Amino acid sequence: MPGKIELEVKGLDFYYAGDIHALKKINLTVYKNTVTSLIGPSGCGKTTLLRCFNRMHDLYPGNRYQGEIIFQGNNILSIGTDLIDLRSRVGMVFQKPTPFPMSIFDNIAYGLKLKGVRKRADLSERVEKALLHSALWDEVKDKLNASAYALSGGQQQRLVIARALAVNPEVLLFDEPTSALDPISTAKIEELAAVLKKEVTIVIVTHNMQQAARISDWTGFLMLGELIEFDKTDRIFTAPSEKLTEDYVTGRFG
Amino acid sequence: MTVFDDELQQLKEKILKMGSLVEDALKNSIQALVDRDNAVAKRVIDNDRVINTLDVEIDEESIRLIALRQPKAGDLRFITTAMKITTDLERMGDLAVNIAERAIELNEEPILKPYIDIPRMREIAQGMMRDALDAFVRKDKRLAMDVIMRDDEVDDLKHEVLKELAFFMAQDPSTVYRAMKISFVAQYLERLADHATNIAEMVIYLVEGKIIRHMAPPAEGD
Repeated sequence: MPGKIELEVKGLDFYYAGDIHALKKINLTVYKNTVTSLIGPSGCGKTTLLRCFNRMHDLYPGNRYQGEIIFQGNNILSIGTDLIDLRSRVGMVFQKPTPFPMSIFDNIAYGLKLKGVRKRADLSERVEKALLHSALWDEVKDKLNASAYALSGGQQQRLVIARALAVNPEVLLFDEPTSALDPISTAKIEELAAVLKKEVTIVIVTHNMQQAARISDWTGFLMLGELIEFDKTDRIFTAPSEKLTEDYVTGRFG
Repeated sequence: MTVFDDELQQLKEKILKMGSLVEDALKNSIQALVDRDNAVAKRVIDNDRVINTLDVEIDEESIRLIALRQPKAGDLRFITTAMKITTDLERMGDLAVNIAERAIELNEEPILKPYIDIPRMREIAQGMMRDALDAFVRKDKRLAMDVIMRDDEVDDLKHEVLKELAFFMAQDPSTVYRAMKISFVAQYLERLADHATNIAEMVIYLVEGKIIRHMAPPAEGD
């Protein structure tokens, strides 16, 4: 049986500025402490859906949501939602690593300082903990004051994950987090997802179906803005119910 | 048709080729027994090499496709089914060889009795095998179910044969050697039908994604 619910999407429609109907009546449940993958062809709406979970779309005018996304009892799409708070509890990691132009230490301390952590000792402790969690500590512990730009792409991506983890989020959103990484760095991030899900719930958008198969517990397949099928990952990749899903995962699309 | 589709088609054709060789082996092994023809029996034994080679080729090709193509969903079920079917077919080939070996031994002895139920068992087992492979090719769940149902007929016939042979042995100890050999043949035929049943069960997995082995007999219809 599925566990506790982290996010519940109910009848979600999303329109980009200019009334472009990008998501149509999406219903989907993200379970706590699991990895959920969103897959589908380019333009299917998977990244659009991911960005609804922390209201990233609000950064651009004219976008509009309909329906509900319930997170800890509240509809995060309602007007009163504190977006800064929401985005610290639902963190995001992008396709290309996005370190800030500052030291490794300060990259992680940045969000903590915004949240009011001031004491050097507290900061140090939480920076170390975040780096340990993102499996980067051993590689950077002797150069915390070096620029984040001195790290490799894979390390930068783990740094960004550490930065998101430092503020104790409940959910991490991964938007193609390994598409710019080599296979070894990719494997490290995938391994990390399996470890991190004990503490956070992960939703990942990936173009790499193998990756979805390897790391996720649940998989949603989207096409043309609709959620075609949502099921346990092993079911989606061994015996999906929908013909469209079958065609997509076996590469016989169109 | 993609290159991958083409590779899957070739895999299917190899299984069908193997199936038709096993079918011949089964038919000929019983013919060797009934007609007391050692030459036919020897041919069955010799031809088993070809079946074994195909078994290895199908396994190697399946493993290669899994590694290089990372098959999913229906493709994954097709390839895993192919690998399991080839194992059953290979064992069926071995059982036909066993029948041929018993035939050669029995041909040294006087006839115990005319064969009636054994050819009947062969006919049912062979029909089951042919239909199981047909069901595989056509992804026909109903035909696969039908094959599974027929297994009982072979079991019943085997019991008839064994009962009759036990009677012979009790009446006249000089028949024991021959009766035992013939009961082995009945046992082999019963096993052959079991392997055909396994193939039919795999076809249901192929079509539905459900493993029905070790369950109660399937209900009629859907």
